[in-house]
Amino acid sequence: METFWPLFFVCLGEIFELKAELNSDKKEKKKEAVKKVIASMTVGKDVSALFPDVVNCMQTDNLELKKLVYLYLMNYAKSQPDMAIMAVNTFVKDCEDPNPLIRALAVRTMGCIRVDKITEYLCEPLRKCLKDEDPYVRKTAAVCVAKLHDINAQLVEDQGFLDTLKDLISDSNPMVVANAVAALSEIAESHPNSNLLDLNPQTINKLLTALNECTEWGQIFILDCLANYTPRDDRESQSICERVTPRLSHANSAVVLSAVKVLMKFMEMLPKDLDYYGTLLKKLAPPLVTLLSAEPELQYVALRNINLIVQRRPEILKHEMKVFFVKYNDPIYVKLEKLDIMIRLASQANIAQVLAELKEYATEVDVDFVRKAVRAIGRCAIKVEQSAERCVSTLLDLIQTKVNYVVQEAIVVIKDIFRKYPNKYESVIATLCENLDSLDEPEARAAMIWIVGEYAERIDNADELLESFLEGFHDESTQVQLQLLTAIVKLFLKKPTETQELVQQVLSLATQDSDNPDLRDRGYIYWRLLSTDPVAAKEVVLAEKPLISEETDLIEPTLLEELICHIGTLASVYHKPPSAFVEGSRGVQHKRLPGSAGSGESVESPDTGSAAGVSDAPPAVIPSQGDLLGDLLNLDLTPPATTGPPPPATSGMQLGAMDLLGGGLDSLLGGDLGGSSAMGAGFGAPPAAPAASFSAPVSGGLDDLFDLGGGVGMPMGAYSPPKTVWLPAMKGKGLEISGTFARRAGVIQMEMTLTNKAMSVMTDFAIQFNRNSFGLAPAGPLQVLTPLSPNQSIEVTLPLNTVGPVMKMDPLNNLQVAVKNNIDVFYFSCQYPISMLFVEDGKMERQVFLATWKDISNDNEAQFQIKDCHLSSDAASNKLQGSNIFTIAKRTVDGQDMLYQSTKLSNGIWVLAELRVQTGNPTFTVCLKCRAPEVSQCVFQSYEAVLKN
Amino acid sequence: MINSLFLISHSGDIFLEKHWKSVISRSVCDYFLEAKEKAGDPENVAPVLQTPHHYLISIYRGKLFFLSVTQTEVPPLFVIEFLHRVADTFQDYFGDCSEVVIKENTVTVYELLEEMLDNGFPLATESNVLKEMIRPPTILRSVVNTLTGGSNVGGTLPTGQLSNVPWRRAGVKYTNNEAYFDVIEEIDAILDKSGTTVFAEIQGVVEACVKLTGMPDLTLSFMNPRLLDDVSFHPCVRFKRWESERVLSFIPPDGNFRLMSYHVSSQNLVAIPVYVKQNISFLETGSCGRLDITIGPKQTMGKSVENLTVTIPMPKSVLSVNLTATQGTYTFDLTTKVVLWDVGKLNPQKLPNLRGSISIQTGSPKPEENPSINIGLQIQQLAISGLKVSRLDMYGEKYKPFKGVKYVTKAGKFQVRT
Repeated sequence: METFWPLFFVCLGEIFELKAELNSDKKEKKKEAVKKVIASMTVGKDVSALFPDVVNCMQTDNLELKKLVYLYLMNYAKSQPDMAIMAVNTFVKDCEDPNPLIRALAVRTMGCIRVDKITEYLCEPLRKCLKDEDPYVRKTAAVCVAKLHDINAQLVEDQGFLDTLKDLISDSNPMVVANAVAALSEIAESHPNSNLLDLNPQTINKLLTALNECTEWGQIFILDCLANYTPRDDRESQSICERVTPRLSHANSAVVLSAVKVLMKFMEMLPKDLDYYGTLLKKLAPPLVTLLSAEPELQYVALRNINLIVQRRPEILKHEMKVFFVKYNDPIYVKLEKLDIMIRLASQANIAQVLAELKEYATEVDVDFVRKAVRAIGRCAIKVEQSAERCVSTLLDLIQTKVNYVVQEAIVVIKDIFRKYPNKYESVIATLCENLDSLDEPEARAAMIWIVGEYAERIDNADELLESFLEGFHDESTQVQLQLLTAIVKLFLKKPTETQELVQQVLSLATQDSDNPDLRDRGYIYWRLLSTDPVAAKEVVLAEKPLISEETDLIEPTLLEELICHIGTLASVYHKPPSAFVEGSRGVQHKRLPGSAGSGESVESPDTGSAAGVSDAPPAVIPSQGDLLGDLLNLDLTPPATTGPPPPATSGMQLGAMDLLGGGLDSLLGGDLGGSSAMGAGFGAPPAAPAASFSAPVSGGLDDLFDLGGGVGMPMGAYSPPKTVWLPAMKGKGLEISGTFARRAGVIQMEMTLTNKAMSVMTDFAIQFNRNSFGLAPAGPLQVLTPLSPNQSIEVTLPLNTVGPVMKMDPLNNLQVAVKNNIDVFYFSCQYPISMLFVEDGKMERQVFLATWKDISNDNEAQFQIKDCHLSSDAASNKLQGSNIFTIAKRTVDGQDMLYQSTKLSNGIWVLAELRVQTGNPTFTVCLKCRAPEVSQCVFQSYEAVLKN
Repeated sequence: MINSLFLISHSGDIFLEKHWKSVISRSVCDYFLEAKEKAGDPENVAPVLQTPHHYLISIYRGKLFFLSVTQTEVPPLFVIEFLHRVADTFQDYFGDCSEVVIKENTVTVYELLEEMLDNGFPLATESNVLKEMIRPPTILRSVVNTLTGGSNVGGTLPTGQLSNVPWRRAGVKYTNNEAYFDVIEEIDAILDKSGTTVFAEIQGVVEACVKLTGMPDLTLSFMNPRLLDDVSFHPCVRFKRWESERVLSFIPPDGNFRLMSYHVSSQNLVAIPVYVKQNISFLETGSCGRLDITIGPKQTMGKSVENLTVTIPMPKSVLSVNLTATQGTYTFDLTTKVVLWDVGKLNPQKLPNLRGSISIQTGSPKPEENPSINIGLQIQQLAISGLKVSRLDMYGEKYKPFKGVKYVTKAGKFQVRT
C-alpha cells in the first residue's frame, strides 16, 4: 500500500469521532473534520477507513473543502480502487461546472488518480477540457495528457490526444503554448523516435511569441524546446538569437541558462565575421557572471556548465578570471569547480594573478581543496609555458612548508613538469630527495621513484635511495611496486656495474615472491629483455618519452559538442552524455551542434577556441601512473584479471614469458599440453644473471644429521640428498613444500612433504613441470587424496619419467615446478642430483670403454678434485655402484689406484671416468670424458655427493 | 519533471514528503543521507546527486534540506530555483521556514505544494497568485473565519493566472497610495595581506514596496544607467524599453518584490569603504600567538560606517584568546573557534583596535592555515557604485502617490586574508 508515511494505527475511538463529524450537517464542522483527517494522513496515520465518509463531502460548493477531499482522494484512491469509483460521478460533473477553476481542478485531480477505472472515465472530460473556452482549463488539460500518458500511453495515442496537444502549440494563450510544449517534451522523452515536436519555422515563430509573455517556467520549457530546432540558415539563426537574447536578463537563473544553451547552439551557424556574432559573444559574459552571485546550489550548476562553455568558447569569459576566485566561505563543491575553471582560463596574461591565488589556497584549511590547488599549480606550468619557472619555484616554496600532504602533491605534479620540460628543472631534484622520508602516499612515492629512476645518472646515491624503498617491497601498493621495478631496471641500464645485485633482487621479488600478475609479468619481461638483448632492453626501457601537453582533462571534442547541446541539463552537470545515465528505453538522441553557415564543411574554424578544437587531434593527456609505465615499455601488458588462457601472442619475447607462466598454468588447469609445447618455440636461453636466485641450496655438511634412514638402512642404495625447503610458506600462501629426489628400483621419484601452515584447508593439488634438460615429467598425478588441514603435513611421492618435453636449462639440473591448489598456483625451482638419471645398464664393455675413451677428444675432458674423502678405492667403488656408476677396471700405479668407470644417463649419454685414489691422501681426482661435456659439472657434483655420504 | 519532495532536518530526519506523480519510497533519501554524512558540514553537500534510478537535487535553507527527486532528465537549475521558491513561499506564509513552523502548518503546506506544482510542472509560484487561492494563516483570520464561516481558499479564479500581467491581481485598492524603492548594494571583496584588492564586485538589488490602486504603469529612471551593464529583471520590466532608453518601465506587482538585481563587475573600480591593518601570527614553537587588528575608513564618500563587525574563524588548535578592544565588545566561541568583534560605528578620529594574545593547545604544531578576517558593515544613504535614481513617473492612474528612494551599502562576502 502506498501512503505518505509509515503507518501508525489510529485508535478506533478517534476514527468514530471523525466519522461522526464528517457526517455532520454543519458545513464548518465537516470542513474541520476533513482537515483533521488530512492532518492525520500527513503524519502517517492510516485514515483510509474513512474513505466513503470523506468522498461524501466531495459534493460541495465550498472550494476549500473540495480541494481537501481531492488531496485525500489522490492519496488513498490507489489502495481503495473500488471505492474511488464513487468519486467518478462528481468528477465528471465538476468538469462541466460553470466555474473554470472547478473544471480545471477536476480534470487535474482525475489525472493524478492512478486507478485504471478512473482513467477510463477521464477521456471524455479531458477531450472537452482540451478544447475549453477558458485558457486556464486548456493549460491544465495539456498537462493532464502527459499524466495520462504516464499511466497508459496506448490510451493517449488511441484517443488522439497527442494530435490535440500538438494543436495547442498554436494556441492564442502563451501559457497554454508553454504547457503544451512541456507536456509534449515529457512524452517525447519516452518516445525517442516519434516526431512529436515537429518544429518548423511557423511553430518556432509561435513559440518565440509565447516566450515573451509566459511565466518564467514556461520560458524554460519553450527555450529547451527551441534548442532542439536546427535553423535553415544563418539568417534564421540570427533572428532567433535576437529574440532569445532578452531572456539573458531574467531573474530566474534557469531561464538564463536555457537561453545560453539556445544561443551557444545557434551561434555555431553564424559567420564569424558578422558583427552580430561579436555582439552576441559580448552579451553572453555578464549573465554567466551574474549566476555566480546566486545561492551556492545554483552556482554549482552554473559552474559545471561554465566549465563546458569555457572549453568550447574560451573567449567569452577570458577577462572574467577574478569572479572565479574562491571565497573563504564558499561550500567545498563550489570551491573545487571554481578552481577547475581558473585553470582553464589561465593564460600568459593572467598567470601571475592565478598563481598568487593558488598559493594562497594552498594554505587553506580544507585538505581536499589544498591538494587540488597544488595540483592546479602543476597544471598551470604545463599549460602556460612561460609560467613554468614561476610555478616550479612556487611549488618549491610549498615544499619548504613541510606540510605533509602539500609536499606529496607537489612532488606528484613536479614529475609531470619534468616530463613536459625535459632537462630544464632537474636542478630541484636534490630538494625533492630531502623529502623522501615524509612520503607516505602511494602516488607520491611512485612519483618520487619515477624521478629517481628517470634521472638516476644525475643522482649520486640513486641506488641507495631505491634500495631503501626495496626493503618493504611487499608492503607497497602495486603502483609503487611497478614503479620501483621499472626504476631499478632503468638504473641498472644506466649504471650496470654497481647495481647488478639490486636488479637481481627486485626481479626476484617481482617474479617469484609476488602474486600480482601485473608485477610478475613485467618482471619477467624485463628479465627476459635483459638476458636476451641488453641493447634492445636499453632501447625499450630508456626510450624517448613523448612530451605531455596541455591539460589533463579536456573533454573530448565530440562529447563536448554533445554536452553543449545539453547545457542546463543533468548531462551538463555530470559531464556525461545522457545515454550514459538516462535509464533504459528512455529517449537518447545524440545531439550535435549545427554546422557553420556559408560553407559546405560542417566544421570551420575562424575563431581559435571553438571549431579548432574539433578538427585538431585530441590533445595528449597525462596518463595515470599505470599507463605511464605501459608507455615506457611500449608493451601491451596482459590485463591483470585474465583468468582464461592468455591470447595467442606474436612477439617472441612475450611467448617466452607466457610459456613460463601461461603455458604451465594452462596445462595445470586442464588445458591441452600440445599447445603449450608448441608455444615453447620462442623460449631462448635462460637468463644468466638472475638465475642465481633460482638455485636451491646445495646439500652441505648438515646432511648427515638428517639422512639417518638413507645412510644406515641402504648403504648400497642410490644416493638421495636430504629434503630441502623448495617453497617457503610465506610465498606459497601458507603452503610449504620441501622435498628431494631419489631413484628407487630404477624409478625416479620426487619425494615431497607438503605442510599446510595457513588457516584454511587446502585441496585440489596438482603439479606441473616446466620443460627441462632431461625431459623429466610426472609419471602420474600428484596423489593428495585427502584435504590438507591447517598444520597438517603429508608425504607425497611422485614417480617421474623422462619422456617429457626437453629444453636445456641452466644449470642443467634445474627444474621449474608449478604446484596448484584451491588457493593459487605457486612456482618454484629446484635442482635434482643428476645421479637420479644414471640408469642401471650403465656398465660398458671394457673394449667399448677403451675405444670410446680414445675416441672422445681431449677437449671434452674435465678434471675435478674431491677433497677430504676418507675412503678406500674399493669402498668408493662400492658406493658409486649404488648410484649406478660402474667400475669397469682398476689398476694401481705407484700406490695410486686408478678406477675406470662408466655411467649412462637416462637420455643415453655415456660418461666415462677415471678416478684416482692415492692411499693416505684424502684428495681424489676425477677425470670425466663425455661427448656432451656440459653434463660433466653435474656428474662431478654427483660423484662428490655420493662419495661424501 | 519534479517527482517528489522530501523535507529533511539538518540532523537527517525526514519529516515531510509530497509526491506529484507515483509515490517514491523515502528510502531513496538514504543516498542523500549518506552523502550528507560524508560531507560533514551540511553546507557542503553537493546539490546534485545521482542514484541508480533517480536524481536527487537539493538545497539547504534555514537548517532544512529541500530534496527533490526526479526520474527523467530535467534542468537542475529549474528544480533548484523552484525549491528556493518553495522555501520563499513558506517564509512568506509562515514568517519563518523552519521544521517547527512547517510541522505546525502541514495542511496549508500540502495545499500550497499541491497548488505550486502539477504533475511536476510549476503551476502557481507567484506569491500574489498563491495568496489569492490560499490565504496565509493569521490569528485574526482564523477568528473571523470561525465567526463568518469564511474560507481559507479563494473561490474565484485568480485573476493574475492568465492575464498578460500574471504578477498583479485586478481591483487593488488603497487609501494611501505609496511606492518605495530600496537600492541595496553589497560589496563582495577579497583583500590580500597588504590590503591590495584582489577582487571586488558589487551585487546590487532594487527592492520595491508598491501599494498603488488600480493598474499603475511606472517608469523608473536613473541618473547614471550606464553603470548597469549586467542586470536581471523581474518579469514585469519591459526589456525593450530598457534596451532602447535605459529606463525601467513596468506594471508593478502588488506589495513587496525585487524589481531588479545588478552586478557591477570587477572590471570597474569598486570603492572599498574601510581598510584593515592586521597582524595575526603564531610562534614557531607553538602554544601562543598574537593578534592585532585596526580598522579605518577609506572611501566612504563622507558617510559614516555603521554596524561594523569583524569575524575571524581561528584554527582548530586555538584554545582561547585574551584580547582588548578599544571599542565595542568581542566574543570567542569555544566550539566553533570564531572570534566575533562587534565594533559598532566607525569613529574616524579614534580608530578601533583589537589586540592581544592567542593561546594554542600545548603540543599541537603551529597552525598551517592563515585565518581570514571577514568584515560586516553598513553605510546608510549611499550606493557605493554611485547609482542614483533620478525620477519615478506613473501613468494609467490619476492619483498622486507618495514616492521614496532609500540607499544602503553593506558588506557582502568581504574578506581580508592574513
